[in-house]
Amino acid sequence: MQNFTYERPSSVDKAVGSSGKFIAGGTTLVDLMKLGVEEPPALVDVTALPLDQVEVLANGGLLIGAMVRNSDLANHPEVKKSYLVLSEALLSGASPQLRNMATTGGNLLQRTRCPYFRDLTSGGCNKRNPGTGCSAIEGHHRTMAILGTSDNCIATHPSDMCVALTALEAVIYVEGKKGKRTIAIGEFYKLPGDTPNIENVLEPGDLITHVELPPAHGTKQVYLKLRDRASYEFALASAAVVAKVEGGHIRWVRVAMGGVGTRPWRSHEAETALTGKAANAANFRSAAEAALKGAKPHPENAFKVELAKRCVTRALKMATA
Amino acid sequence: MADELKQEPELRDDQQLLDLEPLTSGSAKDDSTFANPVTRRTFLSGLGAAGLVVSAHPLSMAAEQSAAPAAAQDAPAATSVLINGKSYSLAGVEPRVTLLDLLREQLYLTGTKKGCDHGQCGACTVHVNGRRVNSCLTLAVMVAGKEVTTIEGLGQPGNLHPMQAAFVEHDGYQCGYCTSGQIMSAVALMKEPIGPSDEDVKHGMAGNICRCGAYPNIVAAVQQVRGHSSAS
Repeated sequence: MQNFTYERPSSVDKAVGSSGKFIAGGTTLVDLMKLGVEEPPALVDVTALPLDQVEVLANGGLLIGAMVRNSDLANHPEVKKSYLVLSEALLSGASPQLRNMATTGGNLLQRTRCPYFRDLTSGGCNKRNPGTGCSAIEGHHRTMAILGTSDNCIATHPSDMCVALTALEAVIYVEGKKGKRTIAIGEFYKLPGDTPNIENVLEPGDLITHVELPPAHGTKQVYLKLRDRASYEFALASAAVVAKVEGGHIRWVRVAMGGVGTRPWRSHEAETALTGKAANAANFRSAAEAALKGAKPHPENAFKVELAKRCVTRALKMATA
Repeated sequence: MADELKQEPELRDDQQLLDLEPLTSGSAKDDSTFANPVTRRTFLSGLGAAGLVVSAHPLSMAAEQSAAPAAAQDAPAATSVLINGKSYSLAGVEPRVTLLDLLREQLYLTGTKKGCDHGQCGACTVHVNGRRVNSCLTLAVMVAGKEVTTIEGLGQPGNLHPMQAAFVEHDGYQCGYCTSGQIMSAVALMKEPIGPSDEDVKHGMAGNICRCGAYPNIVAAVQQVRGHSSAS
Protein backbone atom coordinates (compact mmCIF):
# COMPACT_ATOMS: atom_id res chain seq x y z
CA MET A 1 0.00 0.00 0.00
CA GLN A 2 1.26 3.47 -0.88
CA ASN A 3 1.80 5.58 2.20
CA PHE A 4 -0.30 8.68 2.84
CA THR A 5 -0.75 11.45 5.33
CA TYR A 6 -3.45 11.01 7.96
CA GLU A 7 -5.52 13.39 10.03
CA ARG A 8 -8.57 12.99 12.25
CA PRO A 9 -10.49 16.27 12.50
CA SER A 10 -13.01 16.67 15.31
CA SER A 11 -15.48 18.99 13.57
CA VAL A 12 -17.33 18.95 10.25
CA ASP A 13 -15.91 22.39 9.43
CA LYS A 14 -12.36 21.15 9.82
CA ALA A 15 -13.10 18.01 7.80
CA VAL A 16 -14.63 19.96 4.92
CA GLY A 17 -11.75 22.44 5.03
CA SER A 18 -9.11 19.75 4.80
CA SER A 19 -7.78 18.32 1.57
CA GLY A 20 -7.74 14.58 1.29
CA LYS A 21 -9.96 11.58 0.79
CA PHE A 22 -12.47 10.89 3.55
CA ILE A 23 -12.25 7.54 5.30
CA ALA A 24 -14.86 6.17 7.71
CA GLY A 25 -15.30 2.40 8.13
CA GLY A 26 -12.62 1.77 5.53
CA THR A 27 -14.22 -1.47 4.36
CA THR A 28 -14.13 -0.38 0.71
CA LEU A 29 -11.32 2.15 0.69
CA VAL A 30 -8.64 0.18 2.56
CA ASP A 31 -9.48 -2.86 0.46
CA LEU A 32 -9.05 -0.87 -2.77
CA MET A 33 -5.87 0.78 -1.48
CA LYS A 34 -4.34 -2.64 -0.90
CA LEU A 35 -5.25 -3.55 -4.48
CA GLY A 36 -3.70 -0.35 -5.79
CA VAL A 37 -7.03 0.76 -7.26
CA GLU A 38 -7.08 3.71 -4.87
CA GLU A 39 -3.89 5.60 -4.05
CA PRO A 40 -4.92 8.68 -2.07
CA PRO A 41 -1.97 10.85 -0.95
CA ALA A 42 -3.95 12.04 2.08
CA LEU A 43 -6.69 10.48 4.24
CA VAL A 44 -9.06 12.45 6.43
CA ASP A 45 -10.59 10.20 9.11
CA VAL A 46 -14.17 11.37 9.71
CA THR A 47 -15.05 8.82 12.41
CA ALA A 48 -14.47 11.33 15.24
CA LEU A 49 -17.08 13.74 13.85
CA PRO A 50 -20.25 14.11 15.95
CA LEU A 51 -22.41 12.41 13.31
CA ASP A 52 -23.16 9.10 15.02
CA GLN A 53 -26.72 9.70 16.24
CA VAL A 54 -30.13 8.62 15.00
CA GLU A 55 -32.79 11.23 15.71
CA VAL A 56 -36.58 10.99 15.37
CA LEU A 57 -37.80 14.17 13.67
CA ALA A 58 -40.90 16.15 14.63
CA ASN A 59 -42.64 15.09 11.40
CA GLY A 60 -42.09 11.42 12.31
CA GLY A 61 -39.16 10.98 9.94
CA LEU A 62 -35.66 9.93 10.90
CA LEU A 63 -32.36 11.79 10.72
CA ILE A 64 -29.42 9.38 10.52
CA GLY A 65 -25.89 10.60 11.14
CA ALA A 66 -23.42 9.66 8.42
CA MET A 67 -21.18 7.91 10.96
CA VAL A 68 -23.90 5.60 12.30
CA ARG A 69 -22.60 2.06 11.79
CA ASN A 70 -24.59 -0.30 9.60
CA SER A 71 -25.15 -2.75 12.48
CA ASP A 72 -26.38 0.00 14.80
CA LEU A 73 -28.74 1.35 12.17
CA ALA A 74 -30.11 -2.10 11.34
CA ASN A 75 -30.87 -2.78 15.00
CA HIS A 76 -32.09 0.70 15.97
CA PRO A 77 -35.57 0.35 17.55
CA GLU A 78 -37.08 3.04 15.32
CA VAL A 79 -35.65 1.44 12.17
CA LYS A 80 -36.91 -1.99 13.26
CA LYS A 81 -40.34 -0.51 13.98
CA SER A 82 -40.94 1.85 11.05
CA TYR A 83 -38.29 1.18 8.39
CA LEU A 84 -38.05 -2.59 8.27
CA VAL A 85 -36.94 -2.55 4.62
CA LEU A 86 -33.81 -0.69 5.68
CA SER A 87 -33.07 -3.03 8.57
CA GLU A 88 -33.54 -6.10 6.36
CA ALA A 89 -31.36 -4.66 3.61
CA LEU A 90 -28.56 -3.79 6.01
CA LEU A 91 -28.61 -7.19 7.70
CA SER A 92 -28.51 -8.96 4.33
CA GLY A 93 -25.30 -7.20 3.37
CA ALA A 94 -21.67 -8.11 4.07
CA SER A 95 -20.76 -9.84 7.36
CA PRO A 96 -21.34 -8.93 11.02
CA GLN A 97 -17.74 -7.69 11.27
CA LEU A 98 -18.05 -5.46 8.20
CA ARG A 99 -21.44 -4.14 9.35
CA ASN A 100 -19.81 -3.12 12.64
CA MET A 101 -17.28 -1.08 10.64
CA ALA A 102 -19.23 0.28 7.67
CA THR A 103 -21.07 3.59 8.09
CA THR A 104 -24.21 5.08 6.58
CA GLY A 105 -22.25 7.69 4.64
CA GLY A 106 -19.62 5.22 3.52
CA ASN A 107 -22.17 2.68 2.33
CA LEU A 108 -23.70 5.35 0.07
CA LEU A 109 -20.28 5.70 -1.57
CA GLN A 110 -19.17 2.07 -1.76
CA ARG A 111 -17.60 1.07 -5.06
CA THR A 112 -18.56 -1.70 -7.44
CA ARG A 113 -17.35 -5.27 -7.02
CA CYS A 114 -16.70 -5.64 -10.77
CA PRO A 115 -13.57 -7.86 -10.89
CA TYR A 116 -12.07 -5.82 -13.72
CA PHE A 117 -12.40 -2.66 -11.66
CA ARG A 118 -10.72 -4.33 -8.68
CA ASP A 119 -7.81 -5.96 -10.56
CA LEU A 120 -5.10 -3.71 -12.00
CA THR A 121 -3.81 -6.57 -14.14
CA SER A 122 -7.16 -7.42 -15.70
CA GLY A 123 -7.05 -5.08 -18.67
CA GLY A 124 -9.14 -2.03 -19.37
CA CYS A 125 -11.68 -0.47 -17.04
CA ASN A 126 -13.23 2.89 -17.83
CA LYS A 127 -14.32 3.35 -14.22
CA ARG A 128 -10.83 2.78 -12.84
CA ASN A 129 -8.88 4.25 -15.73
CA PRO A 130 -11.04 6.32 -18.12
CA GLY A 131 -10.56 5.63 -21.80
CA THR A 132 -9.17 2.12 -21.41
CA GLY A 133 -12.37 0.29 -22.34
CA CYS A 134 -14.68 -2.11 -20.50
CA SER A 135 -13.28 -5.61 -20.13
CA ALA A 136 -16.50 -6.95 -18.62
CA ILE A 137 -18.63 -6.49 -21.74
CA GLU A 138 -16.66 -9.09 -23.68
CA GLY A 139 -15.39 -10.87 -20.55
CA HIS A 140 -16.95 -12.41 -17.47
CA HIS A 141 -20.11 -10.50 -16.70
CA ARG A 142 -22.42 -12.94 -14.94
CA THR A 143 -22.82 -10.60 -11.96
CA MET A 144 -22.92 -7.38 -14.00
CA ALA A 145 -25.77 -4.93 -14.46
CA ILE A 146 -28.61 -5.21 -16.96
CA LEU A 147 -30.17 -1.79 -16.31
CA GLY A 148 -28.56 1.62 -16.77
CA THR A 149 -25.52 0.24 -18.56
CA SER A 150 -23.60 1.92 -21.37
CA ASP A 151 -21.05 0.82 -23.96
CA ASN A 152 -18.41 2.03 -21.50
CA CYS A 153 -19.43 0.28 -18.29
CA ILE A 154 -21.76 -2.44 -17.04
CA ALA A 155 -20.61 -2.48 -13.40
CA THR A 156 -23.30 -3.27 -10.82
CA HIS A 157 -23.91 -1.00 -7.86
CA PRO A 158 -23.25 -3.38 -4.95
CA SER A 159 -25.18 -1.86 -2.04
CA ASP A 160 -28.26 -3.30 -0.36
CA MET A 161 -28.72 -0.34 1.99
CA CYS A 162 -28.94 2.12 -0.91
CA VAL A 163 -31.71 0.10 -2.56
CA ALA A 164 -33.80 0.37 0.60
CA LEU A 165 -32.99 4.08 0.90
CA THR A 166 -34.08 4.55 -2.71
CA ALA A 167 -37.45 2.93 -2.04
CA LEU A 168 -37.78 5.06 1.11
CA GLU A 169 -36.95 8.23 -0.90
CA ALA A 170 -34.15 9.22 1.44
CA VAL A 171 -32.59 12.68 1.33
CA ILE A 172 -28.82 13.04 1.60
CA TYR A 173 -27.38 15.98 3.54
CA VAL A 174 -24.08 17.27 2.21
CA GLU A 175 -21.70 19.88 3.55
CA GLY A 176 -19.05 21.22 1.20
CA LYS A 177 -16.73 24.11 0.57
CA LYS A 178 -19.72 26.11 -0.71
CA GLY A 179 -21.99 25.34 2.25
CA LYS A 180 -24.78 22.89 3.01
CA ARG A 181 -27.26 21.33 0.62
CA THR A 182 -29.59 18.34 0.35
CA ILE A 183 -29.85 15.85 -2.51
CA ALA A 184 -32.70 13.40 -3.08
CA ILE A 185 -31.27 9.91 -3.38
CA GLY A 186 -32.95 9.59 -6.79
CA GLU A 187 -30.72 12.41 -8.02
CA PHE A 188 -27.57 11.36 -6.19
CA TYR A 189 -26.18 8.61 -8.44
CA LYS A 190 -25.15 9.15 -12.05
CA LEU A 191 -25.55 6.65 -14.85
CA PRO A 192 -22.18 5.53 -16.27
CA GLY A 193 -22.73 6.94 -19.76
CA ASP A 194 -19.41 8.11 -21.18
CA THR A 195 -17.94 8.84 -17.74
CA PRO A 196 -18.35 5.77 -15.52
CA ASN A 197 -15.58 7.12 -13.29
CA ILE A 198 -18.02 9.79 -12.08
CA GLU A 199 -20.52 7.91 -9.91
CA ASN A 200 -22.46 10.63 -8.12
CA VAL A 201 -23.11 14.37 -7.96
CA LEU A 202 -20.72 15.08 -5.09
CA GLU A 203 -18.00 17.64 -5.70
CA PRO A 204 -14.46 17.51 -4.32
CA GLY A 205 -14.50 18.22 -0.58
CA ASP A 206 -18.20 17.37 -0.16
CA LEU A 207 -18.96 15.43 3.01
CA ILE A 208 -22.16 13.47 3.59
CA THR A 209 -23.33 14.44 7.07
CA HIS A 210 -26.80 12.89 7.41
CA VAL A 211 -29.48 10.89 5.67
CA GLU A 212 -33.12 11.83 6.26
CA LEU A 213 -35.95 9.38 5.91
CA PRO A 214 -39.45 10.75 5.33
CA PRO A 215 -42.19 9.55 7.72
CA ALA A 216 -43.02 5.88 7.14
CA HIS A 217 -46.81 6.43 7.49
CA GLY A 218 -47.37 2.81 8.47
CA THR A 219 -46.30 1.46 5.10
CA LYS A 220 -45.63 -2.23 4.64
CA GLN A 221 -42.04 -2.89 3.69
CA VAL A 222 -39.91 -5.76 2.42
CA TYR A 223 -36.36 -6.27 1.23
CA LEU A 224 -35.86 -9.51 -0.70
CA LYS A 225 -32.35 -10.49 -1.78
CA LEU A 226 -31.47 -13.35 -4.11
CA ARG A 227 -27.85 -14.50 -4.33
CA ASP A 228 -25.55 -17.44 -4.93
CA ARG A 229 -25.30 -18.35 -1.24
CA ALA A 230 -27.46 -17.53 1.75
CA SER A 231 -25.04 -15.26 3.61
CA TYR A 232 -22.15 -12.88 2.97
CA GLU A 233 -22.76 -12.49 -0.75
CA PHE A 234 -23.76 -9.67 -3.06
CA ALA A 235 -27.18 -9.69 -4.69
CA LEU A 236 -27.81 -11.19 -8.11
CA ALA A 237 -31.15 -9.48 -7.83
CA SER A 238 -32.93 -7.79 -4.96
CA ALA A 239 -36.08 -5.78 -4.47
CA ALA A 240 -37.16 -3.20 -1.93
CA VAL A 241 -40.87 -2.53 -1.70
CA VAL A 242 -42.63 0.13 0.39
CA ALA A 243 -46.39 -0.02 -0.03
CA LYS A 244 -49.68 1.25 1.33
CA VAL A 245 -52.50 -1.22 0.73
CA GLU A 246 -56.16 -0.45 1.44
CA GLY A 247 -59.08 -2.74 0.75
CA GLY A 248 -56.92 -5.09 -1.29
CA HIS A 249 -55.76 -2.28 -3.54
CA ILE A 250 -52.37 -0.63 -3.75
CA ARG A 251 -52.84 3.03 -2.82
CA TRP A 252 -49.19 3.96 -2.92
CA VAL A 253 -45.99 2.05 -3.65
CA ARG A 254 -42.27 2.47 -4.15
CA VAL A 255 -40.16 -0.20 -5.86
CA ALA A 256 -36.37 -0.30 -6.09
CA MET A 257 -34.03 -3.03 -7.27
CA GLY A 258 -30.47 -4.03 -6.43
CA GLY A 259 -27.93 -6.28 -8.10
CA VAL A 260 -29.22 -5.44 -11.56
CA GLY A 261 -28.50 -1.74 -12.03
CA THR A 262 -25.48 0.49 -12.44
CA ARG A 263 -27.01 2.46 -9.59
CA PRO A 264 -29.66 1.60 -6.98
CA TRP A 265 -32.57 1.17 -9.38
CA ARG A 266 -35.88 2.89 -8.75
CA SER A 267 -38.64 1.57 -10.99
CA HIS A 268 -41.17 4.29 -11.66
CA GLU A 269 -42.56 1.96 -14.34
CA ALA A 270 -43.49 -0.70 -11.77
CA GLU A 271 -44.95 1.91 -9.43
CA THR A 272 -47.14 3.36 -12.19
CA ALA A 273 -48.29 -0.11 -13.17
CA LEU A 274 -49.29 -0.91 -9.58
CA THR A 275 -50.85 2.28 -8.22
CA GLY A 276 -54.60 1.91 -7.74
CA LYS A 277 -54.56 -1.72 -8.87
CA ALA A 278 -55.65 -4.81 -7.00
CA ALA A 279 -52.87 -6.46 -5.03
CA ASN A 280 -52.79 -9.73 -6.92
CA ALA A 281 -50.28 -11.98 -8.67
CA ALA A 282 -51.18 -10.89 -12.19
CA ASN A 283 -50.65 -7.22 -11.40
CA PHE A 284 -47.41 -7.96 -9.58
CA ARG A 285 -46.10 -9.82 -12.62
CA SER A 286 -47.15 -6.98 -14.93
CA ALA A 287 -45.29 -4.53 -12.74
CA ALA A 288 -42.20 -6.73 -12.79
CA GLU A 289 -42.37 -6.94 -16.59
CA ALA A 290 -42.54 -3.15 -16.71
CA ALA A 291 -39.60 -2.83 -14.35
CA LEU A 292 -37.34 -4.96 -16.54
CA LYS A 293 -38.60 -3.73 -19.91
CA GLY A 294 -35.47 -1.71 -20.57
CA ALA A 295 -33.05 -4.47 -19.52
CA LYS A 296 -30.00 -5.01 -21.73
CA PRO A 297 -28.50 -8.34 -20.73
CA HIS A 298 -25.28 -9.91 -21.97
CA PRO A 299 -24.92 -13.65 -22.57
CA GLU A 300 -23.76 -14.61 -19.07
CA ASN A 301 -26.20 -12.42 -17.14
CA ALA A 302 -29.33 -12.91 -19.24
CA PHE A 303 -30.75 -15.02 -16.39
CA LYS A 304 -30.94 -11.89 -14.28
CA VAL A 305 -33.88 -10.55 -16.29
CA GLU A 306 -36.22 -13.34 -15.24
CA LEU A 307 -34.63 -13.59 -11.78
CA ALA A 308 -35.26 -9.89 -11.14
CA LYS A 309 -38.86 -10.18 -12.36
CA ARG A 310 -39.54 -13.04 -9.98
CA CYS A 311 -37.77 -11.16 -7.20
CA VAL A 312 -39.98 -8.08 -7.67
CA THR A 313 -43.11 -10.22 -7.96
CA ARG A 314 -42.35 -12.10 -4.76
CA ALA A 315 -41.36 -8.98 -2.83
CA LEU A 316 -44.65 -7.34 -3.82
CA LYS A 317 -46.56 -10.41 -2.67
CA MET A 318 -44.72 -10.41 0.66
CA ALA A 319 -45.18 -6.67 1.21
CA THR A 320 -48.91 -6.72 0.50
CA ALA A 321 -49.76 -9.98 2.26
CA MET B 1 11.12 -3.32 35.09
CA ALA B 2 10.38 -7.00 35.22
CA ASP B 3 8.49 -6.55 38.47
CA GLU B 4 6.42 -3.77 37.01
CA LEU B 5 5.60 -5.79 33.96
CA LYS B 6 4.36 -8.64 36.10
CA GLN B 7 1.67 -6.42 37.57
CA GLU B 8 -1.51 -7.25 35.81
CA PRO B 9 -3.76 -4.29 35.13
CA GLU B 10 -7.14 -4.83 36.70
CA LEU B 11 -9.99 -5.20 34.29
CA ARG B 12 -12.67 -2.59 34.37
CA ASP B 13 -16.28 -3.63 34.80
CA ASP B 14 -17.10 -3.39 31.12
CA GLN B 15 -14.04 -5.40 30.20
CA GLN B 16 -15.12 -8.12 32.55
CA LEU B 17 -18.48 -8.13 30.86
CA LEU B 18 -16.79 -8.19 27.49
CA ASP B 19 -14.58 -11.11 28.34
CA LEU B 20 -17.33 -12.88 30.25
CA GLU B 21 -14.92 -13.76 33.03
CA PRO B 22 -11.90 -11.97 34.43
CA LEU B 23 -8.44 -13.13 33.53
CA THR B 24 -6.25 -14.42 36.31
CA SER B 25 -2.66 -13.47 36.86
CA GLY B 26 -0.01 -14.81 34.53
CA SER B 27 -2.20 -14.08 31.58
CA ALA B 28 -1.28 -14.35 27.92
CA LYS B 29 -0.87 -10.60 27.86
CA ASP B 30 2.72 -11.13 28.91
CA ASP B 31 3.40 -12.40 25.41
CA SER B 32 3.71 -8.82 24.23
CA THR B 33 6.43 -7.84 26.65
CA PHE B 34 10.16 -8.15 26.36
CA ALA B 35 10.36 -9.75 29.80
CA ASN B 36 9.06 -13.02 28.41
CA PRO B 37 11.36 -15.94 27.87
CA VAL B 38 11.52 -17.31 24.35
CA THR B 39 8.27 -19.09 23.77
CA ARG B 40 7.17 -21.27 20.91
CA ARG B 41 5.27 -18.28 19.58
CA THR B 42 8.16 -15.80 19.62
CA PHE B 43 10.52 -18.46 18.30
CA LEU B 44 8.23 -19.33 15.42
CA SER B 45 7.79 -15.68 14.55
CA GLY B 46 11.39 -15.81 13.35
CA LEU B 47 12.70 -13.47 15.98
CA GLY B 48 14.15 -14.71 19.25
CA ALA B 49 14.07 -12.60 22.37
CA ALA B 50 17.36 -10.98 21.42
CA GLY B 51 15.97 -10.02 18.05
CA LEU B 52 13.06 -8.33 19.74
CA VAL B 53 15.31 -6.26 21.96
CA VAL B 54 17.71 -5.04 19.29
CA SER B 55 15.10 -4.33 16.66
CA ALA B 56 13.95 -0.75 16.30
CA HIS B 57 10.62 -1.31 17.99
CA PRO B 58 8.33 1.53 17.01
CA LEU B 59 5.89 0.83 19.80
CA SER B 60 6.65 1.59 23.38
CA MET B 61 4.66 0.81 26.44
CA ALA B 62 2.96 4.10 27.16
CA ALA B 63 2.09 3.00 30.66
CA GLU B 64 3.82 0.00 32.07
CA GLN B 65 1.46 -0.61 34.92
CA SER B 66 -2.15 -0.05 35.87
CA ALA B 67 -2.93 1.12 32.38
CA ALA B 68 -6.58 0.21 32.51
CA PRO B 69 -7.51 2.02 35.74
CA ALA B 70 -5.77 5.16 34.48
CA ALA B 71 -7.68 4.97 31.23
CA ALA B 72 -10.92 4.65 33.16
CA GLN B 73 -10.34 7.97 34.91
CA ASP B 74 -9.16 10.01 31.96
CA ALA B 75 -10.09 9.84 28.35
CA PRO B 76 -7.34 7.90 26.63
CA ALA B 77 -4.86 10.01 24.74
CA ALA B 78 -5.63 10.04 21.06
CA THR B 79 -2.21 8.65 20.24
CA SER B 80 -2.36 5.44 22.24
CA VAL B 81 -4.39 2.29 22.09
CA LEU B 82 -5.33 -0.19 24.80
CA ILE B 83 -4.62 -3.73 23.62
CA ASN B 84 -5.64 -6.56 25.95
CA GLY B 85 -5.58 -4.09 28.83
CA LYS B 86 -2.19 -2.58 28.08
CA SER B 87 -1.62 0.85 26.62
CA TYR B 88 0.62 1.23 23.59
CA SER B 89 1.75 4.39 21.89
CA LEU B 90 0.91 4.69 18.21
CA ALA B 91 3.47 7.44 17.65
CA GLY B 92 5.74 6.41 14.83
CA VAL B 93 3.30 3.90 13.35
CA GLU B 94 2.86 4.58 9.63
CA PRO B 95 -0.74 5.41 8.69
CA ARG B 96 -0.76 2.58 6.13
CA VAL B 97 -0.16 -0.09 8.80
CA THR B 98 -3.30 -2.09 9.43
CA LEU B 99 -4.32 -3.13 12.91
CA LEU B 100 -3.65 -6.73 11.84
CA ASP B 101 -0.07 -5.99 10.81
CA LEU B 102 0.49 -3.93 13.94
CA LEU B 103 -0.62 -6.85 16.11
CA ARG B 104 1.32 -9.51 14.25
CA GLU B 105 4.44 -7.78 12.95
CA GLN B 106 5.11 -5.18 15.63
CA LEU B 107 3.56 -6.55 18.83
CA TYR B 108 4.07 -10.25 17.95
CA LEU B 109 0.49 -11.02 18.95
CA THR B 110 0.39 -13.71 16.28
CA GLY B 111 -2.77 -15.37 17.56
CA THR B 112 -4.69 -13.11 15.18
CA LYS B 113 -4.31 -14.63 11.71
CA LYS B 114 -3.96 -13.14 8.25
CA GLY B 115 -6.09 -15.06 5.77
CA CYS B 116 -7.34 -13.12 2.76
CA ASP B 117 -6.23 -9.68 4.02
CA HIS B 118 -9.31 -8.20 2.29
CA GLY B 119 -12.14 -8.61 4.79
CA GLN B 120 -13.53 -11.75 3.22
CA CYS B 121 -12.45 -14.59 5.52
CA GLY B 122 -12.67 -13.33 9.12
CA ALA B 123 -9.41 -14.94 10.32
CA CYS B 124 -8.25 -11.51 11.51
CA THR B 125 -11.33 -10.80 13.67
CA VAL B 126 -10.62 -8.84 16.85
CA HIS B 127 -12.76 -6.69 19.14
CA VAL B 128 -12.55 -2.91 19.03
CA ASN B 129 -14.43 -1.36 21.95
CA GLY B 130 -16.07 -4.74 22.45
CA ARG B 131 -17.31 -5.16 18.87
CA ARG B 132 -15.94 -7.57 16.32
CA VAL B 133 -14.22 -6.08 13.28
CA ASN B 134 -11.85 -7.20 10.54
CA SER B 135 -8.42 -6.00 11.69
CA CYS B 136 -7.07 -6.37 8.13
CA LEU B 137 -9.29 -3.50 6.93
CA THR B 138 -8.75 -1.36 10.03
CA LEU B 139 -5.93 1.17 9.95
CA ALA B 140 -3.99 1.03 13.21
CA VAL B 141 -3.97 4.81 13.56
CA MET B 142 -7.77 4.75 13.52
CA VAL B 143 -8.00 2.74 16.76
CA ALA B 144 -6.23 5.47 18.74
CA GLY B 145 -8.11 6.02 21.98
CA LYS B 146 -9.93 2.69 21.66
CA GLU B 147 -9.71 -0.72 23.31
CA VAL B 148 -8.66 -3.76 21.32
CA THR B 149 -9.05 -7.34 22.47
CA THR B 150 -7.32 -10.18 20.65
CA ILE B 151 -7.43 -13.92 21.25
CA GLU B 152 -4.46 -13.47 23.60
CA GLY B 153 -6.63 -11.27 25.80
CA LEU B 154 -9.41 -13.83 26.06
CA GLY B 155 -7.82 -16.70 27.94
CA GLN B 156 -4.83 -19.00 28.02
CA PRO B 157 -4.00 -22.63 28.69
CA GLY B 158 -5.31 -23.52 32.12
CA ASN B 159 -7.75 -20.64 32.14
CA LEU B 160 -9.64 -20.87 28.87
CA HIS B 161 -12.49 -18.58 28.02
CA PRO B 162 -15.72 -20.63 27.99
CA MET B 163 -15.88 -20.23 24.20
CA GLN B 164 -12.34 -21.52 23.80
CA ALA B 165 -13.17 -24.49 26.04
CA ALA B 166 -16.30 -25.19 24.01
CA PHE B 167 -14.33 -25.17 20.75
CA VAL B 168 -11.93 -27.72 22.26
CA GLU B 169 -14.80 -29.86 23.56
CA HIS B 170 -16.66 -29.87 20.24
CA ASP B 171 -13.62 -30.08 17.97
CA GLY B 172 -14.55 -26.77 16.34
CA TYR B 173 -11.54 -26.81 14.04
CA GLN B 174 -9.24 -28.99 12.03
CA CYS B 175 -6.17 -27.06 10.87
CA GLY B 176 -6.89 -24.27 13.36
CA TYR B 177 -6.01 -21.32 11.15
CA CYS B 178 -9.46 -19.72 11.28
CA THR B 179 -10.02 -20.64 14.93
CA SER B 180 -8.95 -17.47 16.71
CA GLY B 181 -11.11 -15.42 14.37
CA GLN B 182 -14.01 -17.83 14.83
CA ILE B 183 -13.71 -17.59 18.62
CA MET B 184 -13.42 -13.79 18.63
CA SER B 185 -16.50 -13.64 16.41
CA ALA B 186 -18.40 -16.11 18.58
CA VAL B 187 -17.62 -14.22 21.80
CA ALA B 188 -18.83 -10.95 20.25
CA LEU B 189 -21.94 -12.69 18.93
CA MET B 190 -23.01 -13.43 22.53
CA LYS B 191 -23.86 -9.74 23.02
CA GLU B 192 -25.55 -9.21 19.65
CA PRO B 193 -29.28 -9.47 18.90
CA ILE B 194 -29.13 -12.88 17.24
CA GLY B 195 -31.92 -15.44 17.39
CA PRO B 196 -31.72 -18.76 19.22
CA SER B 197 -31.56 -21.27 16.35
CA ASP B 198 -28.61 -22.97 14.68
CA GLU B 199 -29.58 -21.09 11.52
CA ASP B 200 -29.28 -17.80 13.39
CA VAL B 201 -25.81 -18.76 14.60
CA LYS B 202 -24.77 -19.70 11.05
CA HIS B 203 -25.81 -16.26 9.79
CA GLY B 204 -24.15 -14.65 12.79
CA MET B 205 -20.91 -16.49 12.03
CA ALA B 206 -21.10 -15.92 8.26
CA GLY B 207 -18.13 -13.57 8.32
CA ASN B 208 -15.77 -16.37 9.32
CA ILE B 209 -14.77 -18.91 6.70
CA CYS B 210 -13.45 -22.38 7.64
CA ARG B 211 -11.77 -24.19 4.77
CA CYS B 212 -11.69 -27.43 6.73
CA GLY B 213 -15.46 -27.32 7.05
CA ALA B 214 -15.75 -27.57 10.83
CA TYR B 215 -18.96 -25.57 10.71
CA PRO B 216 -21.30 -28.05 12.47
CA ASN B 217 -18.87 -28.35 15.37
CA ILE B 218 -18.41 -24.58 15.53
CA VAL B 219 -22.18 -24.11 15.70
CA ALA B 220 -22.37 -26.75 18.45
CA ALA B 221 -19.66 -24.97 20.45
CA VAL B 222 -21.33 -21.57 20.12
CA GLN B 223 -24.74 -22.99 21.01
CA GLN B 224 -23.35 -24.68 24.11
CA VAL B 225 -21.94 -21.42 25.44
CA ARG B 226 -25.21 -19.65 24.59
CA GLY B 227 -27.09 -22.27 26.56
CA HIS B 228 -28.89 -23.66 23.51
CA SER B 229 -28.58 -27.21 22.29
CA SER B 230 -27.48 -27.60 18.72
CA ALA B 231 -29.13 -29.99 16.30
CA SER B 232 -25.75 -30.74 14.76
